[in-house]
Amino acid sequence: MKEECVIYRTRSAGETVDLGRQLGGFLKRGDVISLAGELGSGKTWFTKGVGLGLGIARNIIITSPTFSLVNEYEGRHTLFHLDAYRLESLTDFLAAGLDEYFYQEGVVVMEWADRWPEILPERRLNVEFVIKDEHSREITMSGYDPRAVEILKKMEKVKR
Amino acid sequence: MIILGIDTSCDDTSAGVVVGGTRVLSNVVQSQVKLHHPHGGVVPELASREHLKNIMPVVREALQKADVRMSDLDGIAVTVGPGLVGSLLVGLYYAKGLSYVHDIPLAAINHLEGHILSVFLEEEAPSFPFVALTVSGGHTSLYYVKGYGSYTQMGQTIDDAAGEAFDKVAKIFGLGYPGGAVIEKLAREGRRDIIKFPRAYLSKDSLDFSFSGLKTSVSLYTKKWREKKKANDDVVLADIAASFQESVVDVLIHKLMKAREEKGVEEVVVAGGVACNGRLRSRLSKDASSGDIKVYYPRPEYCTDNGAMIAAAGYHRLFHGERADLSMDVRSKYPVSDLLTLVSEP
Repeated sequence: MKEECVIYRTRSAGETVDLGRQLGGFLKRGDVISLAGELGSGKTWFTKGVGLGLGIARNIIITSPTFSLVNEYEGRHTLFHLDAYRLESLTDFLAAGLDEYFYQEGVVVMEWADRWPEILPERRLNVEFVIKDEHSREITMSGYDPRAVEILKKMEKVKR
Repeated sequence: MIILGIDTSCDDTSAGVVVGGTRVLSNVVQSQVKLHHPHGGVVPELASREHLKNIMPVVREALQKADVRMSDLDGIAVTVGPGLVGSLLVGLYYAKGLSYVHDIPLAAINHLEGHILSVFLEEEAPSFPFVALTVSGGHTSLYYVKGYGSYTQMGQTIDDAAGEAFDKVAKIFGLGYPGGAVIEKLAREGRRDIIKFPRAYLSKDSLDFSFSGLKTSVSLYTKKWREKKKANDDVVLADIAASFQESVVDVLIHKLMKAREEKGVEEVVVAGGVACNGRLRSRLSKDASSGDIKVYYPRPEYCTDNGAMIAAAGYHRLFHGERADLSMDVRSKYPVSDLLTLVSEP
């Protein structure tokens, strides 16, 4: 299977949120979005956008799940916002029961998901964040599973 | 009334025995924190499995230290949320079992109410109404506290919690865990005013917090600083730490004081792990000595997650006749505004 990929450049946190919102609009139950990128590269702000795209009310504030490990929000679909940042090993990930969220009725967005790619479902869409300067980010979306390719085809039409 | 409090909402398994909602007989915490952890975070081998292993010995130790038996207890208070479902379930089901077998009333407690009321475990406690800032690795929130059970959220972080910013900056520096203590120690040697990191006050009237921009700013600065370190730059890592810490403290105090003014109260409470920060405390005590405000803090062991604060919260609920029935379930999300207000004070 061939990997598809779409690259974006955002110039502010607001633009990163907006890109997430566009993606959120295309998502359906069972989708898994894997986020990767260094501290401060915009993963949580991107997820705020995905939440908006999923129809989560604006007054519901999506915050970093680093400490709680998972936050849950109700929208058109339930959003499970996971974070592997402070987990030491795959064993910890499994012990915390986080893999179960991949099989729940909802959409999963997981930060630091590239730490153990082997645990992620194949149908996932990968989103990688690179800091270009203080405000600007390069955001690459990729995937090879038919579902990921389907989402990427829709995302290609989104203005870059 | 002697109450046993149990908390398994996050990484720590804890239990405490408290009399009358204020006098702590014991407070036992089985912590998962390991110093100098390579990944710069708590090691949550945690989850359900660790709690399951720890819960019985922790409760037994709490009772032994308090020198009370199950039959002496007037109530059991247990955290039902917010938190990680698998972890919360261990505490709740264990408490339900104890309650059922020993026929002891059970109270279901909101973890955040525990933090807000933890200050009542101290001899010096505020009187209602007051404004509380709960600031830790997982939370940064302002509440208007009118009485037991009456909490209105005035503001919260819109991205990272303040404690999380400390931990992540410690990681950026390549230092260990817990980040709060590491940064504070380093900052003592540094210059607070040498780097102007951003202070996110958000909109003029906002009582919300934002620390992710600051984290990014420190990260980018540190990267640049490392690259040109060979040049004759007199900035040292301690300066970055001190300037970062000052930015966090500035915003926390600014918003806390703004909330206090808005509500016209003289007394404020600062609770949660970051309330241990020495710089925050010295700045606040300066404010307190110059004005007519009074600041209350729980001691460090009551600032971090603990069973005693859950027992204190449980005391008030049980005293007012609140009972959790055995069908009670955990709540991963549980805003304190959902709580029943306890009208009269005991």
